[in-house]
Amino acid sequence: MTTRAKAKADARRTLALDILNHGALALVALLFLFPFFWMVSNAVRSNAEVLAIPVRILPTVFDWDNFAKAWTTLPFGRFFLNSVIVSVSVTVITVLVSCLSGYAFARLKFPGRDKLLMAYLATLMVPGIMLIIPLFLIVNKLGMINTFQGVILPVAFGTFGSFLLRQFFLSIPLELEEAARIDGASRLRILVSIIIPLSMPAIGLLSLFTFIAQWNNFLWPLIVMTGADNATLPVGLTLFQTQQTTAWNYIMAGATLSMIPGVILAVVLQKLIYNSISLNAGMGGR
Amino acid sequence: MANVTITDVVKNYGQLEVLHGVSASVTDGEFVVLVGPSGCGKSTLLRMIAGLESISDGDIEIGDRVVNDLEPKERDIAMVFQSYALYPHMTVRANMAFSLKLARRSKQEIEQMVNRAAEILDLSALLDRYPRQLSGGQRQRVAMGRAIVRNPAVFLFDEPLSNLDAKLRVQMRGEIKALHQRLGATMIYVTHDQMEAMTMGDRIVVMRAGVIEQMGTPLEIYDTPANSFVASFIGSPSMNLIDGVVHSANNQLVLQADDGATWPLPSHLNVKAGTAVQLGIRPEHIYLDPAGLPAEAIIIEPTGADTHVQLRVGKQLLTGVFRDRPDISLNATFHVRPDVSRAHVFDRVSGKRIGA
Repeated sequence: MTTRAKAKADARRTLALDILNHGALALVALLFLFPFFWMVSNAVRSNAEVLAIPVRILPTVFDWDNFAKAWTTLPFGRFFLNSVIVSVSVTVITVLVSCLSGYAFARLKFPGRDKLLMAYLATLMVPGIMLIIPLFLIVNKLGMINTFQGVILPVAFGTFGSFLLRQFFLSIPLELEEAARIDGASRLRILVSIIIPLSMPAIGLLSLFTFIAQWNNFLWPLIVMTGADNATLPVGLTLFQTQQTTAWNYIMAGATLSMIPGVILAVVLQKLIYNSISLNAGMGGR
Repeated sequence: MANVTITDVVKNYGQLEVLHGVSASVTDGEFVVLVGPSGCGKSTLLRMIAGLESISDGDIEIGDRVVNDLEPKERDIAMVFQSYALYPHMTVRANMAFSLKLARRSKQEIEQMVNRAAEILDLSALLDRYPRQLSGGQRQRVAMGRAIVRNPAVFLFDEPLSNLDAKLRVQMRGEIKALHQRLGATMIYVTHDQMEAMTMGDRIVVMRAGVIEQMGTPLEIYDTPANSFVASFIGSPSMNLIDGVVHSANNQLVLQADDGATWPLPSHLNVKAGTAVQLGIRPEHIYLDPAGLPAEAIIIEPTGADTHVQLRVGKQLLTGVFRDRPDISLNATFHVRPDVSRAHVFDRVSGKRIGA
């Protein structure tokens, strides 16, 4: 075989492999997309058609009114606002606390630091569900039942964020902090002006995870918020379920609407997370 | 501008003592180079002056203040790091202005000071770039700009040229020296490169294993090294050291080398026969002389201006540096004469210089 013929054969093999790889990836992507497709598909048909057998992939009539009805049948706007208040508050507090504690664990020297970190990490091993009853008792004792504080505070001080940011902070060259100290910066100033701007990829990731986790959180708001007016979106959606009927189409329409902020946030933060600032720059090109 | 006085400074890391009572002084406006092999404590000492490492014992004074317990920002110093440590998310302008902003200078003042520093270092066109958009040499200059913008009493440099290629290193060496002459500031410069130390320093401090081996001007250290370590560390290629014992023959002292050969010693040497010593001969003090000792060339390295030759005299391996291109062939015999009058003698046990 001549060199040129061999090169052609190689190129054909590479192309075949590419097609195979992309085909497999597309198949997996479709599998992941199907639940979303099913949700939207059910959101725009009548409830009778949702339950009809045989199952139809696409609705016979697209009933776009379902979105408006889902929004107006229940105080959906209120649920939305409640979810925004809870998710944004938890995210802001989590990021703030994680930055401070992550920095302390990464850089400050104090007796028992590493043991304290281990104790912190050990709490990650405790299943969250086990804490529900003790937390409820505490919140109840503090008179925080049916309040935003009651929903927000117990979940805003997680360990994961501290650990994630500590690991990221450790990767930032110490010399940058030393240069800042010589430039006259205090610890807090170093954190705010040097460490946090350089850690935006990790902070973006933490914000996204925290926001989506709280946006979707069902059990804790369900337990703490007793009045329908105080319900968050996931809890509110259950109100379409009554003892007699379940308005699946409205639930799906509501769920579709409730996904929008999370999707927007993911798209916005995606750039931040992937376009991480090259820490290499200014490090002598190494 | 300020003096820096270091008195009996000790540094411990737990049980491990890495600086054993170091004392030195740097006068106002002087350029002092701390030089020594890796792990000798030179960077630690510099970081202690900067306030980045605590002082276990002793005192460091800058100007007339003991700065032991002062934060780096209170010491009126600026430091250039080996990695430059530029803030990657800030432009060159913001990097240089950061310290001035923290000092709450007015916007107008900051702009003036940054522009002035940028002009000195030829950075004016780069002020709005980010560090990642700069070459190694430009980053180096920004790091210096960040230091000079504050007009500190003392500049500290921690191996600032070691990440640059050879040509740029020589160029930056000149620029730093020119900057010193222009600013007239006190500068303390750490390097492991003896060539940098020789060419840049007004004075050199040679360190080894946490102690100062010698302090002096570059030529003092080169011409009269205090011990065999300094002798072999300063100078490239290194000084030849021949081990032997002093013997007296015909009222004259000679070196009976360990390999059995006899070498002449400088006259009027203050040493007794029977003392174990090292005879030190700089490579450039070995001359070609048809009446000299027979030698065999083992490796010949032409550098253009000079030729470095590894040669064997008897069983002794030596290095010679000869001007231009001497008529020497590999493995062939030629004749050399060491200039004994410029040779050095060191006690083999203590390593200390033995004088006349």
